[in-house]
Amino acid sequence: MKTVAETDKQRWERDTLAPALAKSPERPQPFTTISGRPIERLYTWDDLAGIDGAREIAQPGEFPYTRGIHPTGYRGKLWTMRQFAGFGTPEDTNERYKTLLRAGGTGLSVAFDLPTLMGRDPDHELSLGEVGKCGVNVTSLADMETLFAGIDLGGITTSMTINSPAAMIFAMYLVVAEKQGADWRALSGTIQNDILKEFIAQKEYIFPPRPSMRIISDIFAFCLREVPRWNTISVSGYHIREAGATALQELAFTLRDGIEYVQWGIDAGLDVDAFAPRMSFFFNAHSDFFEEIAKYRAARKLWARAMRERFAARSERSWKLRFHSQTAGVSLTAQQPYNNVVRTALQALSAVLGGTNSLHTNSLDEALALPTAETATLALRTQQIIAHESGVAHVVDPLGGSYFIEKLTQTMEDEAAGYFEQIDRMGGMVAAIERGFPQQEIAESAYRFQQAVERKEKVIVGVNEFVQSDEPPVEILYIDESASEKQLAKLERLRQTRDHDAVERSLEALRAAARTTANVMPPILDAVRAYATVGEMCDALRGVWGEYEEVPVI
Amino acid sequence: MRKLRVVIAKPGLDGHDRGAKVIARALRDAGMEVIYTGLRQTPEQIAAAALQEDADVIGLSILSGAHNHIAPRLMELLRSKGLDDVLVVVGGIIPNVDIPKLKEIGVKGVFLPGTPMQDIIDFITDNARARAV
Repeated sequence: MKTVAETDKQRWERDTLAPALAKSPERPQPFTTISGRPIERLYTWDDLAGIDGAREIAQPGEFPYTRGIHPTGYRGKLWTMRQFAGFGTPEDTNERYKTLLRAGGTGLSVAFDLPTLMGRDPDHELSLGEVGKCGVNVTSLADMETLFAGIDLGGITTSMTINSPAAMIFAMYLVVAEKQGADWRALSGTIQNDILKEFIAQKEYIFPPRPSMRIISDIFAFCLREVPRWNTISVSGYHIREAGATALQELAFTLRDGIEYVQWGIDAGLDVDAFAPRMSFFFNAHSDFFEEIAKYRAARKLWARAMRERFAARSERSWKLRFHSQTAGVSLTAQQPYNNVVRTALQALSAVLGGTNSLHTNSLDEALALPTAETATLALRTQQIIAHESGVAHVVDPLGGSYFIEKLTQTMEDEAAGYFEQIDRMGGMVAAIERGFPQQEIAESAYRFQQAVERKEKVIVGVNEFVQSDEPPVEILYIDESASEKQLAKLERLRQTRDHDAVERSLEALRAAARTTANVMPPILDAVRAYATVGEMCDALRGVWGEYEEVPVI
Repeated sequence: MRKLRVVIAKPGLDGHDRGAKVIARALRDAGMEVIYTGLRQTPEQIAAAALQEDADVIGLSILSGAHNHIAPRLMELLRSKGLDDVLVVVGGIIPNVDIPKLKEIGVKGVFLPGTPMQDIIDFITDNARARAV
């Protein structure tokens, strides 16, 4: 009779665990991650038996970068502490930026309001009540000049969370830099410019998927020539996760989006090694500590392999996945808001242990409103404490070799590859989006999580357990209507003072370019210089390409 | 009595529809007829949907801070269409100082982040009246 050798884990389960369980059973709850993934009680070297360490884990700075893209981890350079901020008028936000830079922030990150994000001017019907509420309103170049007044764009890096109108906002930034005397070739920063996750999750789309993808390829090509140090896209899982995706879905959909952009770039005639090194990623730092760390490590592996094997990229720079992370807004609670400081600190720590290249930490009051200057500073301090006091930045990939982390990393990579195959079979991510696949997967996960919370299978401190009725209110940032009034007045003045014919000519040139396959960046730059508004430029393109409307499914 | 008919609407420019979709499914699972309008509906479109769908309840999901504009406009339109008896509730991020203002104009329930779905279901069941067929 053939016998299978017993593993040490099985021996332990028999000799040590079984008697212990007989005496005192474990808690009855299902042991699952926040994503519903079952977790074993113990991981040992037996769990790594099928994993080829040299191939799958390797060393820092070496393919497939499981342990990080830098051989020295954070010993060379800490992650960039980049706090996302924006509210009210450009004047209001300019002041906040100066505060953040004085407090030791090392990069800027612009949050735009909904009218700007949706390519609508403040006087559009749908902008009613939205101007300056969720971010800063930028209508024209004049606003961009104010936003960065007194800030040397040649001396900092700026990240801009802008998607559908990314080309217009980026053009405004470039023109402001040009006016300050900065060299475009030396400018560095990031535009989010990730339209696929808008169709999938955040829903800030304007044009249909295919022309939207074309603008992105145009930006890739333009930057290659003119702004070579700019990060042309931040492929984002953040919003996918916030919309309710599991950690695995965030990982799989985001990386598959990245693959889609590379494919479109190649199809547009670009050399993969010319544009891929300027692509970056953006992940959510959610509450399930180890699952998040495994997610970041798996992401680096998946990207390295996709770039080298699927696209035959030859440059190591194309293989290396660089990412920004932000703590999970959706995990913040309006109840007992000070608890959010603790949540955010743990989430930030997971991002750091996962090798994030830059990080935003949320403020304690963000389930209630945009953060105040005080809470935004405290959020930055959280990162500084992790960086300078905890000691975690001294050693490269300190959790590498953990049985649990390595096993989970491998499992998540394998499962994400399964999603890739499924999406490939549908004809790619654009096709998958058009049939509602990722949207439906996410909605399912969101509903399942909410049900788990209702049943208290998942505990949220202060919400479904440890509830407190005598909570003192926290002071919040209240954005009144004055921002809207000021922006409306400025827009009216602008329309009277600018050269009307120049604006019209530039918009006509933009429409003409959109009808052909010409790159849209040059005509957009011309329209920006003529002080055409975001709404006018987007309307010009709406006229040519139409608008996207999703079929609502619940 | 027929099932309660609920229009879940997402007004304004915001596209964060996780909450709207989750509550729509929860109400449907609780036995109500749910009509989800989709994104970026003006108050005019929402009032028209309520009329057309013979709604007993309108649920607005607003996270962007535009509630002070959208809710009054909708309430006015409902009055002008003779839909005063439709129960209007709002869910989302609403600063505490704005809640009395919303209640004053006739919004019956305001549900903030962290509200259990069952509380919302109970509130609607207790306060909405299904129209006669």
